[in-house]
Amino acid sequence: MTGPQIDTSAPVSDEIRKTTCYMCACRCGIDVHLKDNKVRYIEGNRDHPVNKGVICGKGASGIMQHYSPARLKAPMKRVGPRGSGQFEEISWDEALEMATDWMGEVRKRDPKRLAFFTGRDQSQSLTGFWAIKYGTPNFAAHGGFCSVNMAAGGLYTFGGAFWEFGDPDWDKTKYFMLFGVAEDHASNPIKIGIGKLKKRGAKVVSVNPVRTGYNAVADEWIGIRPGTDGLFVGALIHELFRTQQIDLDYLQRYTNSGWLVIDAPGTGDDGLFARGEDGDQLVWCQSSQSFQSRKNPDAQAAFTGARTLPDGRSARPVFELMAERYMSDEYSPETVAQETGLSAEDMRRIAAELAHVAFQEEIVIEQPWVDWAGRKQDKMIGRPVSMHAMRGISAHSNGFQTCRMIHLLQILLGSIDCPGGFRYKPPYPKQTPPNLLPHGRLADVAPETPLAGPQLGFPHGPEHLLLDENGDPSRIDKGFSWDAPMSAHGMMHMVLNNAAKQDPYKIDVLFMYMANMAWNSSMNVPGTLDALTAKDDDGNYVIPKIIYSDAYYSETVPFADLILPDTTYLERWDCISLLDRPISEPELVADSIRHPVVEPDRDVRGFQTVLIDLGARLGLPGFVKEDGSPAYPGGYPDYMVNHERKPGVGPLAGWRGKDGTDSGVGAVNPAQLDRYIENGAFFGQHLAPEHAYFKHANRGYIDWAISKGIRASAEPTIFQLYCEPVQKFRLAAQGFGDIQPPDRARDRIKRYFDPLPFWYPPFEGEMVDLEAYPLNAITQRPMHMYHSWGSQNAWLRQITAANRLYVHTSVAEGIGAKDDDWVWLTSHQGRVKCQIQVMEGVNPHTVWTWNAIGKRRGAWGLSDDAPESNKGFLLNHLISELLPAGGGGYRYSNSDPITGQAAWFDLRVGITKAAVGDTVEPFFEPLGNASQEPSPEKLAYGAAFKEPAE
Amino acid sequence: MTTLPKTTTKKLGLVIDLDICVGCQACATSCKEWNTGGYSAPLSDHDPYGADPSGAWLNRIHSFEFPGDAATPGLADGKTVHFPRSCLHCEEPACVTVCPTGASYKREEDGIVLVNPDTCIGCKLCSWACPYGAREYDYDHGVMKKCTLCVDRIYNEHIPEEDRIPACVRACPTGARAFGDLGDPDSDVSRNVAEREGFDLLAEMGYKPTNKYLPPRKRVDPTPEPLPEAVPLAKHGSRMDALFAWVDKTLS
Repeated sequence: MTGPQIDTSAPVSDEIRKTTCYMCACRCGIDVHLKDNKVRYIEGNRDHPVNKGVICGKGASGIMQHYSPARLKAPMKRVGPRGSGQFEEISWDEALEMATDWMGEVRKRDPKRLAFFTGRDQSQSLTGFWAIKYGTPNFAAHGGFCSVNMAAGGLYTFGGAFWEFGDPDWDKTKYFMLFGVAEDHASNPIKIGIGKLKKRGAKVVSVNPVRTGYNAVADEWIGIRPGTDGLFVGALIHELFRTQQIDLDYLQRYTNSGWLVIDAPGTGDDGLFARGEDGDQLVWCQSSQSFQSRKNPDAQAAFTGARTLPDGRSARPVFELMAERYMSDEYSPETVAQETGLSAEDMRRIAAELAHVAFQEEIVIEQPWVDWAGRKQDKMIGRPVSMHAMRGISAHSNGFQTCRMIHLLQILLGSIDCPGGFRYKPPYPKQTPPNLLPHGRLADVAPETPLAGPQLGFPHGPEHLLLDENGDPSRIDKGFSWDAPMSAHGMMHMVLNNAAKQDPYKIDVLFMYMANMAWNSSMNVPGTLDALTAKDDDGNYVIPKIIYSDAYYSETVPFADLILPDTTYLERWDCISLLDRPISEPELVADSIRHPVVEPDRDVRGFQTVLIDLGARLGLPGFVKEDGSPAYPGGYPDYMVNHERKPGVGPLAGWRGKDGTDSGVGAVNPAQLDRYIENGAFFGQHLAPEHAYFKHANRGYIDWAISKGIRASAEPTIFQLYCEPVQKFRLAAQGFGDIQPPDRARDRIKRYFDPLPFWYPPFEGEMVDLEAYPLNAITQRPMHMYHSWGSQNAWLRQITAANRLYVHTSVAEGIGAKDDDWVWLTSHQGRVKCQIQVMEGVNPHTVWTWNAIGKRRGAWGLSDDAPESNKGFLLNHLISELLPAGGGGYRYSNSDPITGQAAWFDLRVGITKAAVGDTVEPFFEPLGNASQEPSPEKLAYGAAFKEPAE
Repeated sequence: MTTLPKTTTKKLGLVIDLDICVGCQACATSCKEWNTGGYSAPLSDHDPYGADPSGAWLNRIHSFEFPGDAATPGLADGKTVHFPRSCLHCEEPACVTVCPTGASYKREEDGIVLVNPDTCIGCKLCSWACPYGAREYDYDHGVMKKCTLCVDRIYNEHIPEEDRIPACVRACPTGARAFGDLGDPDSDVSRNVAEREGFDLLAEMGYKPTNKYLPPRKRVDPTPEPLPEAVPLAKHGSRMDALFAWVDKTLS
């Protein structure tokens, strides 16, 4: 032995409590070690299906988030002007009475004048249920500016989605393509997966304008120009058609390739599926030489050839339409090379690699299963090619169609839910098109009356739009109107702007949760601040009442009139439900909870418990018993156990039934939460091996899923390569049908509502002067902060407290600038002054920065000289929430024309060298923060744990 | 000055795979989190909410970008590398021999280099001596801090056996970090180092670091040749006709 005796076996903690992380949206299991009632250490739960024991940079910094000095301490009402930060602490009774008065009055008078929008919360099955019972059409979460293009693109196409609803088959895939992903959904699963692929020697191809993070370890980096992925994927599809590398058997079994599309231009049925008398879509059966229902399992659908329907009209199969489109020179590698910035040879090679792996390296699992029609299959054949895509596809105005194009590529290769391919996570797959319709037409909105169904859904045609009697929007965000007909997640990014303009009508109470809309969650921050503070001629705020709930003193808090302080993630109950966004894995149906592992030391309450309380105070059906008393007096945990959406189906699927032995469907079990806590705060039920793949058409899986309450239909999910609902909107724009768009919208809908995916240039680049704004500008979040609200975290901000604008060497040379030089970055919306850093690994036509590092002075418990507010900046200031006026003068939202997804990656900018500066511009006045205690000047967290025990 | 053991029974250390490190910071913050309450407690943070937040970290991640270099295999298009950096527990650590009080020492039983906070006078000679920048002076605590290989975890009987590994290894989501006895040629880590041609950092300086780094793997390409134009199955002129002929034949 050398050195002193040291204690290498000291007790770590008094107790370990297992709950669910919330440092981002990934929902990993964590073991929270407690010592002397303080958090000693947080590590990954080895048994947990999401993270399998690991933890990320955010999760391991949870202590600093939990003890942040920016935490709100008590309910507050505003006493100074909005933005002043002048608040007065009030009791919960007073706060809840105030909220009840405000919202109750609106509900009696005109419930649409409440707008209820939530951010990155994970309780939308509760918040949505509440909003339905309140009866306002104006509810959504943040999906409209996050990833609705991915959700809608996937769900309309194959009943699943990238996002959180599926995963590559990490253990079997041999070729993995990653499109536009920095750290998006999900965090640890992708990291674990990439680690597995690299160790196994599978090829990883990243398609991203920026080479950081996952893209840095890829075997091949495709530094594509932003917004052109659809062209690249189109070229890959072109190559697969050209070289006849398509899984025809897969297309025959699982897709609408053989369905006949009516070819009758100038009529109201053009482009719709030919249907028999029973309403079923028709195919031309090659063996019987007759028209057959596509549901006939014996039909051998022809993929080619125009057919004359019994009524004399002509119809052609989907496959033939696809072949025509993608075989055309429009999508040849040579054609798309210039726009994408990629070489034709590389595109041809990648297509060949995909085809080689899919068809020459197929995987066969000797596992019998039964298909949807009851036919026994003796094995599972896998095409070990998988893909994942997120933000870089989603946040463009062509994101819906580009996402569909990627799914088309996967399906042509036969690689959805097969061994080695992209796998659904239950409760997905769902039906195509999704069978959930939006509710909230103004004609259906009445005082003190619940809506008949959820505000958000998936229209199948113009008949499902939410319009008023004049054809104008029913919703404040103009979701499900002709501006964005299939806006399945709503358009939160338009709420403040529209409310300030009272367009389409006035909002009396704006109620928001966990969404930093006065800063990094809005496009055009200065305009948004104007909207929050706009006054009418009488000097009253145009948005008269704003209620906001958050755990931290964010930039949005000072603009609210009433603050309902939320808990930290370690202090709260939560329910990550199969009714919403569960934590399932491909072979595991799973959900989870959060439960308080430490008690709050402040006068704060979990938002969901507060919402349930407000529901009872407002007397909302579902939140009160028949005698008018609260239905869930125990708050959120009471609701989690006792609420039933339909008989036997509640927020949590595990340990149901009187004795806790049922799963999925079963009676309420009063001890359910105890069982969750004993099991590490999650529930998981494995799928049988014969149900593990081809879930969209697997009879055994489908029947099992119905029995567990996670699937509605016994029909298989047929992949919609051709998306008929999209065509229905186009037909309306052509003048067919009773529900007609305004004339200004006709050309736009005719062009973009194409039932087969296609590429079109992102809007902003088409509408601004490209000589002035030649560069694309995009953002990423660093891995140690992705989805992690607030870089006030004392540890994480030591890693990144300010952001630079990253520019390609050639761009820097072009303006004669080097590292740390100051530049003006200008868009059609505004300009930002910031410092640059030069790099090689970025598309030469693209500049980028880390998003949401920039903070406003006065927020987050940071000092006024913090780098976040002096050197950190947001690109948001450059992004307009509206497109420039097009022909006719109407300004559409800066969004995907189909889904309304905010198109914040469409941004075009110009760059010039600027004089040396001290701080970034624009400058924002410091927010008042007198209600907050000062932050400490030193931290020595953990010193107390070393003291010898008493 | 402080002497070193002639040999150590084990050479415990880390093996870090640069091929799969994505630079996520999980190892850095897990390290900070464990050690601020462990043997090295606290790892102080200065000005944590102010202009120049800084603190003691025992593990930091740097990202480097290599410009394109056509002459170097695998580097034609340049490369971004994430590089975790912590004490390498050298066999001949200058940081120990330079220590005037014996506070810095190398353990004979496992080779771990430690600082005894009770005898460290904060003179910082060790941090000047270390070429790897692996030592961190805790200004608020007044003593030198460094990676302990989580000496308070790896032998800790209060921790399940599978978790008796450094916090950084326990955390790493991609599996880019491994812990073991690099003095035992048959250990998993030694075999992996041999197989992957793991290397010493600044080997030429002669401190014989125990930790090893694994270089990026060679790029994998499934097929060298693009697929040829499909041969028309019939006497059809266009590509489309050829495709349709193939489809009809395959489906019939």
